[in-house]
Amino acid sequence: MAVARLWRHIPARYNLIGTECQICGGLYFPPRTTCPTCRRDGKIIERKFKGTGEVVTYTIIYSASSTFRRQTPYVLAIIRLDEGPQLTGQIVCNPDETKIGMKVRPIFRKLGEDGSSGIIYYGTKFTPLREASK
Amino acid sequence: MIGITSYGAYIPCYRIKVEEIARVWGDNPEHIKKGLLICEKSVPDLDEDAATIAVEAARNAIRRRDIDPKEIGAVYIGSESHPYAVKPTATIVAEAIGATPDLTAADFEFACKAGTAAIQACMGEVTMGMIKYGMAIGADVSQGAPGDALEYTAAAGGAAYIIGKKNLIAEIEDTFSFTTDTPDFWRREGESYPMHGGRFTGEPAYFKHIMSATKSLMKKVGTKPGDYDYVVFHQPNGKFPLRMAKMLGFVEEQIKPGLVVSKLGNTYSGSSLIGLAAVLDQAKPGSRILMTSFGSGAGSDAFSMTVTDGIEETRGKAPTIAELLKSPKYIDYALYAKHKGKIVV
Ligand SMILES: [Zn+2]
Repeated sequence: MAVARLWRHIPARYNLIGTECQICGGLYFPPRTTCPTCRRDGKIIERKFKGTGEVVTYTIIYSASSTFRRQTPYVLAIIRLDEGPQLTGQIVCNPDETKIGMKVRPIFRKLGEDGSSGIIYYGTKFTPLREASK
Repeated sequence: MIGITSYGAYIPCYRIKVEEIARVWGDNPEHIKKGLLICEKSVPDLDEDAATIAVEAARNAIRRRDIDPKEIGAVYIGSESHPYAVKPTATIVAEAIGATPDLTAADFEFACKAGTAAIQACMGEVTMGMIKYGMAIGADVSQGAPGDALEYTAAAGGAAYIIGKKNLIAEIEDTFSFTTDTPDFWRREGESYPMHGGRFTGEPAYFKHIMSATKSLMKKVGTKPGDYDYVVFHQPNGKFPLRMAKMLGFVEEQIKPGLVVSKLGNTYSGSSLIGLAAVLDQAKPGSRILMTSFGSGAGSDAFSMTVTDGIEETRGKAPTIAELLKSPKYIDYALYAKHKGKIVV
């Protein structure tokens, strides 16, 4: 990934900063620069999402590209944030314990790296929400 | 008055037992457990490093006191496993806690005492009025070469401290450091694993530096061992801090509450700071704490603290060390090697 593009994604990846339309109240993650409902009349501002949500659906990845091969098997899920928007993210847990409807919370992890000499990407993954970890 | 406004810690959920490492190398596990007073150690997940551990610890510190991250004027990270050789860990952490861009940040290095050196830097800036709050973090994913004695202890974890003048949970009365050029432990640039001076790491390094810093601090503050409810020393294994405490005239009741190494391992820059967090988790207003770190190379930073009434407001807001150590996931040596990237040796 180009370093410039990576850098632009940092607020969204680190802190789940998306956007909100002040006219219709629409919430967007990943961030959008225009509101699909209000079009030109929309007023878009930054909006930070808490990162807690639930699993809508998931898949277990058994074979992956070289960057992720060491991590297989891992869980990739569509997560509905408590505020509404849905996003795709990795769930750090035993694949057997993943369930649709499972509550999750955000954690900060390495998302990948450009080989051993390139940039390291950091950002948000998810983990099952447990009482002790609140 | 200056001191700790908040603190937070993080420990990865994986553990490997001494028995499992000993099985692979043909060592006697009972001999090692008795020699080091360690049963198991933490292991980072495949996608965890010193930066991610620092971020989790920092977020727990902010959560504990509902600090506005924009009021943090400095973020300093002590580690000997910074993910980049050039590119600060501190900027990653500052961004991830929402403290950017109006602040200063830097990475600190001084073996296992870089985190306490960062606390001292924050104290200076807060005292001078340059910043309102400073965040000092010690975090490491330590590496021991396969088959080396360090492999039984080198662990992962970290703790973050917010230093300020307001909303204190513990006042820091004073700090004192003792530093010399002592080559007890080192790692050259580009090398994967550290080298150490074997038995040389004990007397002239660990014991001499902690003893000198601690004694001088007590002299400066006008205290004696009996004045403290708790004492925390750097914990490279379970034996050294116990012996250090005895040599200085402390009793087991003072050192046991902060001695977490047997179930955690040596978290290097995180070690004494996680020990202090374990003490703060249970200390009462008025409790006096003495903490002395040790970093190879070599130096010690000693701190004398008194817990304030503010500590009660922070209970239950962020995980305690006991909670972070609870319900670990045990892994075998094969998975451990994968986690540590040890397949390339
Ligand atoms: Zn709209």
